[in-house]
Amino acid sequence: MTQNPTLNQAQDSAKGNLLEIRGLTKYYIKERAALNDVSFDLHYGELVSVIGPSGSGKSTLLRCINRMIEPTAGSIVFSGQEVIKLRRKELRMLRRRISMVFQHYNLVHRLTAVENVLHGRLGYKSTIAGMIGLYSESEKMKALDILAQLDIIDYSYVRIDRLSGGQMQRVGIARALVQDPLLILCDEPIASLDPKSARVIMGYLRAIADTYGIACLVNLHQVDFAIEYSDRIIALRDGEKVFDGNPNMLSTEMIEEVYGIAPDASQITPQIPLEPFDG
Amino acid sequence: MDEATRFFRNRTITIALATLGILAVNLVAGGYLQFNVSKAVSDMPNGIVWMFSNFIPSKGSLEKLPIILRQLLTTVMISIAASCISAILAIVLAVIGSESVGLKKPVPFIVRTIASVFRNIPTVAWALILLFSFKQSEFTGFLALFLTGFGYLTRCFLETIDEVSAGAVEALRATGASYGQLIAQAVIPLTATAVLSWVLYMIETNVRDATLIGILTGTGIGFVFDMYYKSFRYDAAALVIVCIVLVVIALELTSNLIRRMIL
Repeated sequence: MTQNPTLNQAQDSAKGNLLEIRGLTKYYIKERAALNDVSFDLHYGELVSVIGPSGSGKSTLLRCINRMIEPTAGSIVFSGQEVIKLRRKELRMLRRRISMVFQHYNLVHRLTAVENVLHGRLGYKSTIAGMIGLYSESEKMKALDILAQLDIIDYSYVRIDRLSGGQMQRVGIARALVQDPLLILCDEPIASLDPKSARVIMGYLRAIADTYGIACLVNLHQVDFAIEYSDRIIALRDGEKVFDGNPNMLSTEMIEEVYGIAPDASQITPQIPLEPFDG
Repeated sequence: MDEATRFFRNRTITIALATLGILAVNLVAGGYLQFNVSKAVSDMPNGIVWMFSNFIPSKGSLEKLPIILRQLLTTVMISIAASCISAILAIVLAVIGSESVGLKKPVPFIVRTIASVFRNIPTVAWALILLFSFKQSEFTGFLALFLTGFGYLTRCFLETIDEVSAGAVEALRATGASYGQLIAQAVIPLTATAVLSWVLYMIETNVRDATLIGILTGTGIGFVFDMYYKSFRYDAAALVIVCIVLVVIALELTSNLIRRMIL
């Protein structure tokens, strides 16, 4: 299967916008917009957190970008390509370069870690090869390399249901990385984790953005984590964008306006370095 | 009078009325059938004595053992075949009818309706219906087991698929995986053990039901039992029952063992 030429070129350019969202709107029911006229840009290798209370439209926003949810109106341009107009097969091609990380990891619990990581390659394979799990040597090596990078190589052949939450999320990130993405959408990646595992996961996301130049759009509940790890923060309230700027511009008043309360921002931990892998 | 007193008085009245109502219904039904409680109780010991004096496998009945075992084997095989084939059809229908990986709008509704219809017609009713077109044959028994089992399994698989695979299906869809890959790489691995467990249960149930169906269709172990019973060979009929019970227990133990191994 051939790769989309525009996507390949886009990977090389280190500047410019990877993602341009304009007037994105989604109605589940007629009476209330889940997402109302949201616009923003995302650069290559930028880590942007989306904060906001439950039901503010964070998950909807993320899932509109790879069209897991169909937007009602607006435009999404991903590396020069209008996402809204894509047909089914083109959409599959697009999804190969936008990977996703979930709050509940969404792994296949009865398979091993390495098998789950290789699922990230399915979009690149023919249906039959993917169905019977026929992966090339280089794909297998790459999956193991990434598992080593994320420090869970020892669990490669262990079934997912034997792993802890933090380990499962690392397998989830490995599956996202093996896709060769330009963008990783993270939907509450640390909401089910203890604070220590949460720091490890956020550290990896930061390192992925810095080392590989992969952009990360991260939905977060914890404002302190957002301030600590992001290049930029977007705040949503009732489906509308109410803030978009540097973490240090996010005032206590602003946080209060978004949430109605003031969460405390504190604690700083060292970042976790990653070695570049051959891919 | 305060509210609490009224509430508890009303509750007492409701319970008393309900008790009286149940008793009245019972009396009416018993009266219609001319059911005599004291006679029923006094007949009980006689019945039990009769059962123990007639329904004991005798030495003579052991000669029939080869016939019984051969027919029992047929019955078990038909039950296994019906369970497996209905499972294959059920899994296909369950996949296309599920919420997480199903096809577009009317399909899930149609699948649920079909499953519900086949499941709610009892196996014995199916056997009676099928007797008209397929006559007294083993195939009639097979079909009856197959149709009910298929409805029942479709329903079970539908729930299993939606319960177990929604998250992984979303994740694989987001990687750009195709429909076939989704099914093969997420749905099947996640549901395999539950599906196998249901199929084992279906085989057990089918062996029990098959005995009854055999009486109607004149095949298998049910027929053998019916034949001995109607020709007053109660000792041989009892031997049939002992054999059935042993096989059912053996099947249940085996399937429990398999379940423990796969889970």
